[in-house]
Amino acid sequence: MASLTAIGEDEIGSKGTGDEFYAWCARGELRLRRCNACREWCHVPRVTCPNCAAIDWAWERVKGTGRVYTWTVVHRAMHPAFMGDVPYAVVVVELDEGPRIVSGVVDCPLEALEMEMPVEVVFERSDRWGDRVLPRFRRAPGSKALRGAGGIAR
Amino acid sequence: MADPKRSAACIVGIGETKYGRDKGASHTNLALQLEASIRAIADAGLQRRDIDGIMPFQNLANAEEIVANLGCDRVRFAATVAMGGASPVASLALAADVLAAGRASAILIPAGWAAFSGPRTRELVLDPARLPGGVIAGDYYFPHGYTAPMQWYAVMAQRHMYEFGTTREQLGAVAVAMRKHAQLNPNAVMRGKPMTMADYLASPMLADPYKMLDCCIETDGAAAFVVTTEERARDLGRPIVRVEAAAAAQPHPADEITNRKNIFETGLGRAAPEAFGRAGVRPTDLDFAMIYDCFTFELIHQVEELGLCARGEGGPFVEGGRIELGGELPINTHGGLLSEAHVVGMNHVVEAVRQLRGDCGTRQVANAELGVVTGWGDFGDGSVAILSRR
Repeated sequence: MASLTAIGEDEIGSKGTGDEFYAWCARGELRLRRCNACREWCHVPRVTCPNCAAIDWAWERVKGTGRVYTWTVVHRAMHPAFMGDVPYAVVVVELDEGPRIVSGVVDCPLEALEMEMPVEVVFERSDRWGDRVLPRFRRAPGSKALRGAGGIAR
Repeated sequence: MADPKRSAACIVGIGETKYGRDKGASHTNLALQLEASIRAIADAGLQRRDIDGIMPFQNLANAEEIVANLGCDRVRFAATVAMGGASPVASLALAADVLAAGRASAILIPAGWAAFSGPRTRELVLDPARLPGGVIAGDYYFPHGYTAPMQWYAVMAQRHMYEFGTTREQLGAVAVAMRKHAQLNPNAVMRGKPMTMADYLASPMLADPYKMLDCCIETDGAAAFVVTTEERARDLGRPIVRVEAAAAAQPHPADEITNRKNIFETGLGRAAPEAFGRAGVRPTDLDFAMIYDCFTFELIHQVEELGLCARGEGGPFVEGGRIELGGELPINTHGGLLSEAHVVGMNHVVEAVRQLRGDCGTRQVANAELGVVTGWGDFGDGSVAILSRR
């Protein structure tokens, strides 16, 4: 309850940058905001660059690869839209470019989920919360070299 | 050690309703808070009209309606801190400054809700606009089913278990300790319902690693406390509980829980050194701690962020009865949010005061003179108060 701002559901996305983010997803491209001044990546998208305060962004394409930084498997949905999906995984993927992104997995049995598991983006349509093409992640067996990269210090 | 000559804000009155889970109850948030407030004011030895400052909890009641109901016609300070469960202790920190500045002389801090018989968490979380993050949660969390506090914090717990080897049994040790303490507390909702580690391990998984018994309980109830200046407190002839120092802070960024440079960074990690520094005491001086235990790992996490141990050592810290009554540092002697009631952390402040007054009966910490209370809210906002009996 950090924000008291009363926002109707229909405004969510249209007032933020979500529409642009998901428009790229619908074209099969994962793009994040990158500052044209200092070249820092930023996710979630912001109005100004938190690093240099410039208001000069480009939506730049990321490789779409990264590692599972952490995850949870939800066995009891707290929102009715997801009750038919349990158990399902929520993963936080640390992209190779640095930012982390909240997502889910496809083609991955839940018991196979592992920390630092290399993954790559795929796009999947979902109507659970709005009707959107979402960036989801699948295992990337070919990118084993990524295993162990990053880790604790960031 | 803290300087007893320096004037400090004092908590002079505490009040609570009965805490319960009665399906047929028809409480309102407001009525519960008024009942607790009237008790707190009476406990302080004050008249209702003496209250000239009020700091209600966001979204649970507003200042105007509380003031109107209580007939407090001299209010000159009203503010609400927007830090979720960190708000009560953050409000205490702000109240101390307001008193020192002379902007008010007696401040009421009430909070409470009908979280069992009224709207339940699962209903409150349907609209991301009501949640920390707002648009961000709606755009980037909800589409993936990442919709509730249990799930937001679960990913932190999971990473902690991976990086530091924190175990399932260490999470369980927190749940078991809280339940044990609740058996000694007549107002604890889980009194008469003891729990063993085997019970804990057998409880159903909700959001890995959180099982049902890792989660706080939804209850009806409210609590309130009154803060005044030390001079006024001494005039009232009430037991003195001094706020040696209190502070609050947010992690960065505060509105997005997954993109911090270090995922374990919290507001408390910055507020705690400030509070201990200003109080002039060390974590090892504490006789007890009341830690906001919305989920088991959050207690372990805050033990670390408070500086009671190093980051990563919170798991071993809570094992072996160390946080139980009779242990090295008793934590949440009332049973906490996990086993007393979820009163957004107000009950932690009340219990700390009760310990320092020596009013805890069978769960009294012997010679309790110095204690700490924390608050945790939203995506890791933190607050801390160091309280003493002097």
